Amino acid sequence: MDLLQTKGIEKQFLGVKALKGVDFSVKAGEIHALMGENGAGKSTLIKIITGVYPATAGSVYFNGKECKFRSPLDAEHAGISTVYQEVNLLPDLSVAENICIGREPRTKLGFINKKKLKEQARKALARLDIDINVGENLSSYSIAIQQLVAIARALDVDCKMLILDEPTSSLDENEVKELFSVMKKLREEGMAIIFITHFLDQVYEVSDRITILRDGQLVGSYDAKDLPRIEMVAKMIGKTPDQINQMQASIVKNTKFGDVVYEAKGIGCTGTISPVDLNIRAGEQLGLAGLLGSGRSEVAQMIFGVDPHDSGAMTMDGRPVNFNRPQKAVKAKVALIAEDRKVTGIIPDLTIRENIILALQASKGIWKTLSPKQQEEMTEKYIKLLRIKTPSGEQLIKHLSGGNQQKVLIARWLATSPKLLILDEPTRGIDVGAKAEIEALTQELCGEGMAVIFISSELEEVVRDCDRVIVLRDRKKVGEIAGSDISLKNIMKLIAG
Amino acid sequence: MKTFKIPLRYVPIAATISVFCVVYLIGIICYDGFGVLSIFDLLQDNSYLGIAAIGTALVILTGGIDLSVGSVIAFTTILIAKILVAGGNAFLAISLALALGTLFGFCQGCLIHYFSLPPFLLTLAGMFFVRGCAFVVNVSDVPIKRDAVFDFVTDNLSISIGSEITISFYVVVYIVLLIAAIIFSQRTRAGRNIYAIGDNELAATLMGIPVGRTKIMTYTIAGFCYALGGVAFAFYLKSGYASHCVGMEMEAIAAVVIGGTLLTGGVGYIFGSFFGVLVLGLITALITYDGLDSCWSRIIVGLLMLVFIFMQNMITKISKSKSKSH
Amino acid sequence: MKKMSNKYRHLVWPLASLALLLLYNAFFTEDFFKVYVKKGNASEQTQVVGKKDNTPAAQQPVAQPTEQQPPAEQQPVAQPTEQQPPAEQQPVAQTAEQSQPEEKDGGFSIFDYHFSGTPVLILKQGSEVMLLAIGMTLVIATGGIDISVGAVMAIAGAVAALLMDMFEHQLPASAMETGLYWLIPVFAALLLATLCGFWNGMLVAGCGIQPMVATLVLMVSGRGMAQLITSIGRSKPEQITFQSEQLAFLRNGYVLMVPCCLWIVVIMYIIAGLLTRKTALGLFIESVGNNEHASRYAGIESRRIKWLAYIICGFCAGMAGLLTLCDTKSIDANNAGLYLELDAILATVIGGTSMAGGRFFLSGSLIGAILIQTLTATMIANKVDSSIIPLPKALVVIIVCLLQSPVFRAKVFSLFASKSAKGGVQ
Repeated sequence: MDLLQTKGIEKQFLGVKALKGVDFSVKAGEIHALMGENGAGKSTLIKIITGVYPATAGSVYFNGKECKFRSPLDAEHAGISTVYQEVNLLPDLSVAENICIGREPRTKLGFINKKKLKEQARKALARLDIDINVGENLSSYSIAIQQLVAIARALDVDCKMLILDEPTSSLDENEVKELFSVMKKLREEGMAIIFITHFLDQVYEVSDRITILRDGQLVGSYDAKDLPRIEMVAKMIGKTPDQINQMQASIVKNTKFGDVVYEAKGIGCTGTISPVDLNIRAGEQLGLAGLLGSGRSEVAQMIFGVDPHDSGAMTMDGRPVNFNRPQKAVKAKVALIAEDRKVTGIIPDLTIRENIILALQASKGIWKTLSPKQQEEMTEKYIKLLRIKTPSGEQLIKHLSGGNQQKVLIARWLATSPKLLILDEPTRGIDVGAKAEIEALTQELCGEGMAVIFISSELEEVVRDCDRVIVLRDRKKVGEIAGSDISLKNIMKLIAG
Repeated sequence: MKTFKIPLRYVPIAATISVFCVVYLIGIICYDGFGVLSIFDLLQDNSYLGIAAIGTALVILTGGIDLSVGSVIAFTTILIAKILVAGGNAFLAISLALALGTLFGFCQGCLIHYFSLPPFLLTLAGMFFVRGCAFVVNVSDVPIKRDAVFDFVTDNLSISIGSEITISFYVVVYIVLLIAAIIFSQRTRAGRNIYAIGDNELAATLMGIPVGRTKIMTYTIAGFCYALGGVAFAFYLKSGYASHCVGMEMEAIAAVVIGGTLLTGGVGYIFGSFFGVLVLGLITALITYDGLDSCWSRIIVGLLMLVFIFMQNMITKISKSKSKSH
Repeated sequence: MKKMSNKYRHLVWPLASLALLLLYNAFFTEDFFKVYVKKGNASEQTQVVGKKDNTPAAQQPVAQPTEQQPPAEQQPVAQPTEQQPPAEQQPVAQTAEQSQPEEKDGGFSIFDYHFSGTPVLILKQGSEVMLLAIGMTLVIATGGIDISVGAVMAIAGAVAALLMDMFEHQLPASAMETGLYWLIPVFAALLLATLCGFWNGMLVAGCGIQPMVATLVLMVSGRGMAQLITSIGRSKPEQITFQSEQLAFLRNGYVLMVPCCLWIVVIMYIIAGLLTRKTALGLFIESVGNNEHASRYAGIESRRIKWLAYIICGFCAGMAGLLTLCDTKSIDANNAGLYLELDAILATVIGGTSMAGGRFFLSGSLIGAILIQTLTATMIANKVDSSIIPLPKALVVIIVCLLQSPVFRAKVFSLFASKSAKGGVQ
């Protein structure tokens, strides 16, 4: 009865084992949610199933036969279709063409039969109970409709298993409802659907079974109705109930904080984050806790000005500010070390030294340069302080390991002596020793009066080090705990809801 | 009251046609001797550009660009002239020229696809290369003699309407090619694939469209079009010269842009390039008529291009915000 | 030692190729390396050698469809360099008796003599491309491109020529000789060219239009504007000529035995080098070109940096336009700087700057420009017809593209790897 079955899938990248023997199965006629935190291996597993790259070991069975797909196209021919988060269709071609391109119905002379093309498209959409003008360009429709067109295309190629990768991130409530009714309809017709999402509420609304991965291993597959929320959250972060009860905040530290450095009231970004209140004082370490996708990074980006807020107001040192561009935040001595260092962090072909001094130099402008001596001293200082593994400061940053690149980014922002430092997953991909160093470093910075917003999926770190914790779920702030109330149990209760 | 709303995707070509009508009206109103019949003159003088522009349009639709247009035309003219002088017949000359042009396009396409070379630089090299080859064929200009085949073609393949109007054969060729290109781009799978690649190459690959094959095919067709344009030019001017059409690639690109095609690919109509060529020709004709310097045509064409580029920019922004705001 | 090799690694290929070319010339071209010392330091009319012949039929205006194209438009007869050395068989200048009457003290004075010979000629004729390459390198480094520099050259030259000609007709000859009127056309030309750069920057950085598309507009309309300028006060656009020796000195004169235009190139490179390496501008340009998103995250005003690059490019094009004007003391709006943008791009790419943006190498672009000019001169000296010169240029472009293509490099390396794996002996 299993439509898809994977046995012992392993995937080895250079030096990293992303999947360590995963057995995963999906039945026809079910909606199966695939969940996991960072580094769990979800996307790797899906990429192997859809043929983006091959597994290092193990096998995939589809429809009873073993498959070795060499490309997503191969998988599509076999009956597995994927709808990506960014939709990945052709915006300037019509809806009908998007659904049928490559397979357009032709007249006897070999020309495309436009009438039949539109009919074919309409039929595919009708299976989803959708009726739109298929002659219009795809880009004139909302993302929600575009997604449904992508699903219609999958249906048109006779798809037996549909993989939806984070389909609801850009949808509003009504659109989510519509998507779910479509999914349920398809399920009735016998389609297998793998549903990847971070929205906990949605998982329970629509899934039949839930599979949880952690650290490249299968934690388990459960029927949704038999898995209480809090247990699911516990399994995702890898803690047993006992461990949860035991983990308390360490000794309540120094409660003498300075003035409020930054305050935001009701800042939100439509479609991304619901309005949030937060404030932070000098010397305080504020944690943002929540599962992956709960909106922590989005809050950070909103504060820093990458995603300008469209509601609410913020103040810095008591004066109203409007950070709608990173440059403004930087000038006001705010620093953000973002999660995705490739896109938002490193300048790959520049040296370590250049990457370190970049932000400080940017704040000084073109004319006031740091002398070569100053640059060298700074580079040496941070290489030592953060134990960056490199033969010299003139090494190109792209040759460093991920963890060391992260350290260079931390150095970059520390060099600007910020008043407010936002760390988004600073310890991701860093070895244990360095993690401890960074933790100690943040404590030290707080001791010196810096305000630090600390985002981490490792909830023990949050519990251990933070003076206050704001908890987020599904892009909303659901609670705030301080002082001795900070415990893993309390945080998880808020997350699970 | 019914409001007439043009779907966003038709705005550029509507603009092109409007510009053409406006300029044409200006011509009729302001100048004697400029009448409805002038359209035929326009076609007469510009069909070589139109034929070449079809090839350019197809390449630009895939998201690429081709700078070798002028060189291939020049090469074709000098090759034909030389063969005729050497005693060959027109058939041989034309066939050889077309074959070489197509082969050249094929080579460009292969290099661009298999080595992921930037089309701008590669076709730049192609431009230099073919121009040099043209000079190798013959350094000075060679007039094209009329031989029996030549006369046959010219007399029998052109259409006469009444006693005044003769539609030369190369105009006929242009119209035929234009219709074929329109049908190809709108009603064949290969044609739609061209649009897909230009719109979002990654998505096209994921959707199973044969990207490499289509790209190479496009450059090959373009090479054929340029060679055919060269044949038309040779018949029109009756001279072969390796220095012909210097800078013509910019005219072809301008015609395509003014015709409403986006330079990043995926958007635009071949039909638009037809009007783009006419607009270009009209502007030049009117300016000459008026006794103004030809420099004005460059300035106006540049301005028109700017307007269309901005328009495309706006349209893209509007449709992006539309899909976001839902 | 390691530090050095990293910094200069990009120069290896261009220098090696240049060395190869020079080696070839050493064997196969007579008198290629002979440098003469010649009398005089004033402007000398250089023959139209080689430079304009890089471009096929450079004198042909854009084909006008409505006029019958007179097919027999002749290029001005371009005499290759080989004619020069025989004409300049002057031995090294003698003593004071033969020197200029203005000589107060006896003996050899460097102010009265200058170097000449093929190497000098190459450097002189390459000076426009060398200047263009400065601006082009910076623009390409930001991840953009500027294909309008040729047209901007024409505009700058046209303005300067127009003004100079006006002055010469309005003012008495004595005023012209002693006054500094020639500075005004220079200033006007540079100002206008910089404005063109500002315009390009506005389209690219301000409006977010793709660089090639944005600069295409000026490329098409710029020559028309240059022609318009040359038609002011006249019935139609024509080649404007001026007489002033002072202005022409910029290109054809010699200062301390070295051509003045070469001094200008050197000074511009020094200024550009200081501007980019002694301030943070170079760092910002490289950062923006390499990863614009991350640069903005770091607080760099990427828009301003890109805008600035286009402004500098316009200025350099203005300087190049002035030089090309002073070369023949006349400006032909149709042909001034025709296709030179392509040479500038080629020089930049040869010099090690990637078309994708990021790290740039002004020294590399300089060598690249010299390489291109040497290639042209080599071919002319070896009696290759000037019109066929584009052919080898095409090959150079293709080779450079292939070398920069990661796909090609991967294929070549895998070929070598399999050869060595099979134990192939070398």
